[in-house]
Amino acid sequence: MANLQDKLAQLFPAATLGSDDSGTPMLTVADADWHSVASTLRDNPDTAMDYLVTIVGMDWTDSLGCIYYMMSTRHSHTVAVKVATTDRDKPMLHSVADLWDIAGIYEREVYDFFGIVFIGNPDMRRLFLNIDWVGYPLRKDYDEDPALNPISTENERQSDLTDVWVEQPDGKVVKTERAVFGPEDFVVNIGPQHPATHGVLRFRTAVDGETIKKIDVYMGYIHRGVEKLCESLQWPQTLHFMDRLDYFSAHNYHHGLCIAIEKAAGIEISRRAQVIRVMMDELSRIASHCLFAGTFCMDLGATTMLFYTLRVREQILDIMEKTCGARMTFNYDCIGGVMQDIAPDFVDDVKALLAVIPKNLKEYDKIFTGNVIARNRMEGVGTLSRADAISWGVTGPSGRASGWACDVRKMAPYSIYSELDFDEVVRTEGDSMARFKCRMEEIRQSARILEQLVDNIPDGEYCVKVPKVLKLPKGSWMQLVEGCRGVFAVYLESDGSTKPYRLKIAPPCLPLAAVVDHLTRGNKIADLITIGGSLDYIVPDMDR
Amino acid sequence: MQDFGIITNSIHEFFLSLMPSWAAVLCECIIIGLGLLLVYSVLALFYILYERKLCAYVQCRLGPNRVGPWGLLQSVADMFKILIKELIELRHIDKFLFALAPYLVIIASMMCFAVLPWGNGLQIIDFNIGIFFLLACSSIGVLGILLAGWSSNNKFTLIGALRSGAQMVSYELSIGLSVITMVVLAGSMSVGDIVAAQADAWFIFKGHIAALIAFVIYMIAGTAETNRGPFDLPEAESELTAGYHTEYSGIHFGFFYLAEYLNLFIVSGVASLLFFGGWMPLHIPGWEAFNHIMDYIPSVIWFLGKAVVLSAIIIWFKWTFPRLRIDQLLSLEWKYLLPIGLFNLVLMVVIVLLGWHI
Amino acid sequence: MPYEAFKDNEYIEKLVNELRESGANVVVGSFDKLINWGRSNSIWPLTFATSCCGIEFVSLGAARFDMARFGWEVARASPRQADFMMVAGTIVNRMVPVFRRLYDQLAEPKYVIACGSCAISGGPFRKSYHVAKGIEDIVPVDVFVPGCPPRPEAMIYGIMQLSRKIKVERFFGGVNRKQKRQEFLDAHPVQD
Repeated sequence: MANLQDKLAQLFPAATLGSDDSGTPMLTVADADWHSVASTLRDNPDTAMDYLVTIVGMDWTDSLGCIYYMMSTRHSHTVAVKVATTDRDKPMLHSVADLWDIAGIYEREVYDFFGIVFIGNPDMRRLFLNIDWVGYPLRKDYDEDPALNPISTENERQSDLTDVWVEQPDGKVVKTERAVFGPEDFVVNIGPQHPATHGVLRFRTAVDGETIKKIDVYMGYIHRGVEKLCESLQWPQTLHFMDRLDYFSAHNYHHGLCIAIEKAAGIEISRRAQVIRVMMDELSRIASHCLFAGTFCMDLGATTMLFYTLRVREQILDIMEKTCGARMTFNYDCIGGVMQDIAPDFVDDVKALLAVIPKNLKEYDKIFTGNVIARNRMEGVGTLSRADAISWGVTGPSGRASGWACDVRKMAPYSIYSELDFDEVVRTEGDSMARFKCRMEEIRQSARILEQLVDNIPDGEYCVKVPKVLKLPKGSWMQLVEGCRGVFAVYLESDGSTKPYRLKIAPPCLPLAAVVDHLTRGNKIADLITIGGSLDYIVPDMDR
Repeated sequence: MQDFGIITNSIHEFFLSLMPSWAAVLCECIIIGLGLLLVYSVLALFYILYERKLCAYVQCRLGPNRVGPWGLLQSVADMFKILIKELIELRHIDKFLFALAPYLVIIASMMCFAVLPWGNGLQIIDFNIGIFFLLACSSIGVLGILLAGWSSNNKFTLIGALRSGAQMVSYELSIGLSVITMVVLAGSMSVGDIVAAQADAWFIFKGHIAALIAFVIYMIAGTAETNRGPFDLPEAESELTAGYHTEYSGIHFGFFYLAEYLNLFIVSGVASLLFFGGWMPLHIPGWEAFNHIMDYIPSVIWFLGKAVVLSAIIIWFKWTFPRLRIDQLLSLEWKYLLPIGLFNLVLMVVIVLLGWHI
Repeated sequence: MPYEAFKDNEYIEKLVNELRESGANVVVGSFDKLINWGRSNSIWPLTFATSCCGIEFVSLGAARFDMARFGWEVARASPRQADFMMVAGTIVNRMVPVFRRLYDQLAEPKYVIACGSCAISGGPFRKSYHVAKGIEDIVPVDVFVPGCPPRPEAMIYGIMQLSRKIKVERFFGGVNRKQKRQEFLDAHPVQD
């Protein structure tokens, strides 16, 4: 780590070098230098920051800005860069959308929440909120009066034009307009109410016959403002929202936020709690991948598979229900451990589950993977190269299917994952079939982890004593965990009170949806369904 | 073997004794029309329930079992509901074509009923181009689907209709070819003659490998003709919401819904006619006693039973296979089924010329 | 399910009494019964889900809970062909116009079940800037199913309640429910 600090100091003498409280080096850069710093960070072989984890928009009341978290896939080290502007009326920063593909949509999100305009971003429409929305909700001085933004049953105003701010050679910033679709484009509206969009996602699809020319992803139909809500709640209360983002990775997301808060508060949890948490994570991974297989096959038209995969999922839900008391929103991991001790027959139930999984996987293979129609529909469809996967930030099984070893459990192990024996599933084809097979193989690996743990749950307390009113020290923390669909990052900033100053959730599904346009161009409409299904995004997760 | 012709003839004579011959024919037409409507709706209700139960069985579920004994009245309840459901009036559509389309679809499938061999002597018309008439009628249905998609003024329906057009036109060829193959074997286009030719053994046993190939091609193309999975692209639910009938509500939608199931019946009915002897009981040459027992089962039951069993295969397809993509669908037809079908026709002609079929 | 096992019989009985008081013709009355039998036994859902509750709705269709037993499994993707809408999940500001349009596209007779606390009141997200505080202000609701998300059993119970409600409706003549709904729709107009 010291090595990286030296290099950064050497490369960017003009920048201030510090670090956040999780130990990540943090550069503070002036906006004017930002673009060149970013391109050096990405292209210099010593840093090689090719993966942009997230852009955290911030409102420090005296200034607005962004914290860019980026990672190197070669050296697997992380750097944070802080860029700020003091202009609150017309805040502007330089865009890095030309360096990382995914930055475009992250910057739109920051623009939507904080009103920061990014110079050079080709698409500066609001992402989640209406075009006529008054105010920027995540700013500290946002006026929440419902009269300003009333709920209306009239169709929202929609424009095919987007503003683009361009910097002229003389340094002047000019606003121009750009059309999203051409006048001759035949635009079909897929969603928000559509059986195959997995929720309320909307694709505005320009087609030429059956061939897709371009897709404009429209989000925000389930944007519930979780990040803003968290700022009004105490630390332990913020946890329950994690269940309702990606409801299949509820345990994993809980785990992530708990680790971050525990790290900040300096709480050590017992080994027993850690083992239980990891077991729950892996159980939900199996359940999630099972449901993925089912819904994906249903999207392709093979309905029956859904019912077979749901059988295993129901078995897992039974195990969880006995311990957590709920079928879906468990709210199980808490600060200091887990809410309740495991149910008495937990171990037996998990063993019974492990016994049926190999048989079931074989059955799925027989029904679906070997089928010639299924293979034709999936093989070679929506091929994502490794470089594109990194640039678009496509993580999880979808990223690993493209050959990018992006499993946080291996890359930056948390909890007890470093002690466990399991393989990271990486395939190289990058097509829909690879994404499907990757998940099927991950079920096997998760079962392996469970096998190692099920007989070795140590005794001890399941939850350590935590003060009723939890105060975190001033500072900022970043934690990555492996959700069922990819890297889930959570960023905390505390001002020393009982409530978060800022809680940023970087979900894996936002890049998954953003990459759809890139993957589907030139493919058929039916391929959109295959690709969307194989990416397996969850809409409430990306919209938050 | 009981002959329904005796009953129908006696009815005919009864009418003749009461009125002039033109009035008798008119009365008979009305009776047959009403009977056909009744059979049509009862069959449709049965098929809807049949598919739901069968699909539940495939998916380890129970299926409808609350409405009536064993859920038998489920589709009756559905029918009552759909009959009085609102017909939504749409603006910005071609109202005449929009209203015409469902009737075209349903009439097309109803006309096919006229030539199906329901039982011994129980056929509405048996004329020398019966099978040709059947093919012609079944292709009217695609017109209804195209009109429905076009007149709805909706992008999804339009895509669905165009897909359907491409699909039907292509698969009609394969159906035609396999039908011609069997016609060559039978030596006649009359439905009655085709059934009669299978009195000693069904064509599937008689026609050697060529009949088997024709059967497989017919089943694949027939599934495509009925717009059912894995060929349900025109109404691909996960792609085009409900495809060409997205904008239809109430009984108009009900017509499309019924026609889908009736087409399923017709396709399997024709398959049983061409390959499994229509209403002809299972006869094995040499086993006289066995053949005699088989003759006791009424011919109507033979025909319906064969059709229902063959439909089970098509339903099984639907719930097992994923859907094809439009380009794969067309290449399957033009690159594989059509050449194989053509070759098969030649093979059949050779078999018949060499006299191997007798 | 036996009559005593239902939890809000008073409400249904009130509806029945209202119907009795207004009286019914014998012929028309028996037609009504037939139609209501058909309608109440054939309620097809619209495939509509926004978040977590939608997944429980999928479980409802699966082998364990199997809503096909009651004939509810014919989920139609086109609102024109569906009978009721299970509002499974949060409805946010941006979704409201879409949601209302979907409701308007449903063919009569149409029903709405508010499923889960988000649809009932906004649930855990009630304080958010971008969430509708319950769908009651947007469309008339027939049945509320509480829970976060409700268990599939609760959903079955909710749809059964809807079925019971349909049974005491009137097709010919004055319909209490319909009038109330018309009043609601008049009070909440939508522009074309």
